[in-house]
Amino acid sequence: MAAPLSPPRLLPSGDSAITVEFSRNIDDAANRRVLALDRRLAREPIAGVTETVPTYRSLLVHYDPTQVDFDALGEKLLELAHQPLPRSEKTRRWRVPVAYGGEHGIDLEDVAKTLRTTPDDIVARHIAGDYRVAMIGFTPGWSYLSGLHESLHLPRRQNPRLLTPAGTISIGGVQTGIQCLAGPSGWHLLGRTPVRTYQLHRDPIFLLEPGDRVSFYVIDAKTFVEQDRAAAGGEIIAELMAA
Amino acid sequence: MSKLVVSAIGPASSVQDGGRVGAQRYGLTPSGAMDRLALAAANCLAGNALFAPGIEVGPFGVAFTARDGAVRLGLAGAPRNADAAGRGIAWDTSVTLADGETLKLGMARGGSFSYLAIEGGIAGEPMFGSLAVNARAGLGSPYPRPLQAGDELRVAAASSAAERRIDLPAAAGGPIRVVMGPQDDEFARDEIDLFLGSEWKISATSDRMGYRLEGPVTRHLHGHNIVSDGTVNGSIQIPGNGQPIVLMPDRGTSGGYPKIATVITADFGRFAQIPAGTGFRFKAVSMAEAQAEARKFAELLRSLPNRLRPIESFDLNIDALQDANVAGAAVSAVDAGTWQIPSPAGALTQDQSGQRPYSKRTRT
Repeated sequence: MAAPLSPPRLLPSGDSAITVEFSRNIDDAANRRVLALDRRLAREPIAGVTETVPTYRSLLVHYDPTQVDFDALGEKLLELAHQPLPRSEKTRRWRVPVAYGGEHGIDLEDVAKTLRTTPDDIVARHIAGDYRVAMIGFTPGWSYLSGLHESLHLPRRQNPRLLTPAGTISIGGVQTGIQCLAGPSGWHLLGRTPVRTYQLHRDPIFLLEPGDRVSFYVIDAKTFVEQDRAAAGGEIIAELMAA
Repeated sequence: MSKLVVSAIGPASSVQDGGRVGAQRYGLTPSGAMDRLALAAANCLAGNALFAPGIEVGPFGVAFTARDGAVRLGLAGAPRNADAAGRGIAWDTSVTLADGETLKLGMARGGSFSYLAIEGGIAGEPMFGSLAVNARAGLGSPYPRPLQAGDELRVAAASSAAERRIDLPAAAGGPIRVVMGPQDDEFARDEIDLFLGSEWKISATSDRMGYRLEGPVTRHLHGHNIVSDGTVNGSIQIPGNGQPIVLMPDRGTSGGYPKIATVITADFGRFAQIPAGTGFRFKAVSMAEAQAEARKFAELLRSLPNRLRPIESFDLNIDALQDANVAGAAVSAVDAGTWQIPSPAGALTQDQSGQRPYSKRTRT
């Protein structure tokens, strides 16, 4: 007895893209609808659609305005978005190793202090999570995961860091994430994974897909070094669980 | 196979093409030429597919030398003084460098980016179907970074095809047209009026990721944080300080600032060419108008091969060039040092007077 689905808003992103917005907030139900619409478009392509970009709350649909116009495409997208969500979708499940704390996660101690508990407890809470790749964006392979336990929700840092390491596992707001390339971040750094979610000259170049499930497990610093070397050589490292 | 060697180069010059499609869902931005029409015109002159990889040359002067054989090039985009081994070269034309000859290009005038297409394209390893440089993602070929002096591009040996020029329509002027949204409802009517009514300048800190705009502060209704959503080329986001940033081809694929409006496809290249410090305005248009303009722009791209014209061996007719200049070319026709023939000069060949811009004194 599913509640009727409210129609998404169609927002113009210029003359060659439509933002199909299901919610203004980070919202798990909305994200499921985003991913469902994305999969439908992959299965039943609409002529003129060139690329889709799922995010937490909306699907950005790039299109060629010489092939289909805003009104015609918008109507088709509303129709697809109105279809009931599939009961179950086969999703891939990944287990991702993380070296927590110390030089790998320089904010672990502070996060524990802020939340009045121990670093081990923070790690235990983080690896207990069953996460979903809600979106990949910002920089190649930066995977935003939903499903962070409420007790780990923290505002972002007041002063974002200009450079954080490749492979950083961090938390920010209601999210946790896997950052592939070194770059700026305002999140709290808990650890690092040797897994490359983006690596050229490897098949696949991008490891994770929006919608994939992810859980984390603990490795020590020595294992990190070994696995990091193997990953640099093109090994995937993350374990793909049987469906 | 010939080589094109970078003899001298400034920042912000890189190999670009039509960009990569299909990987924005993984956070990989499309990159590609800032001014697609200019890249396409250069490729057309070189006899290539419209969006074959070419060299996007930033505002400063550059020099390229042909090695191990002749190299044929197409020049388009922001005009510059051009000199090939002492020969003055008109803009919007093709030119062949003999082995060992150097092409020198001066500073860009009336724009920021010029395009150098190479007949036969550039040898490289495409990633997601593109050689376009995206330095942050370590992508691009043959160098995953902006070009530096000493870089060598492997290119096809020049054919013996006759040199050509291309007749481009006079550059459109006027405000940069935008479609409002996707988050214009995050701004009060007064703020939108201020955005559309003000003169803006592009900050010198702009790059291929984003153009920062200088002008009045635009205030948000509900704060500057939204939940990240997808971006496009031309998204105009308003961060916390109220100074707009227009997202360019190396943008992040998602962003968490409200986007007040989006530059239309037909005006994006023209916007990308506005030099830092030059004033301009925005104008809101309807979706129907923006999409009609996008179709016209696609038609213009398709028409480029029909706009090629032969160049004949000629001497320079200064009078005709000055006429061409008066007729509305944005650049000075006669520069100190090097000859310059502004692109609209070709239009005069159809002039009722029958007067040609190039005299044929040397051929008689």
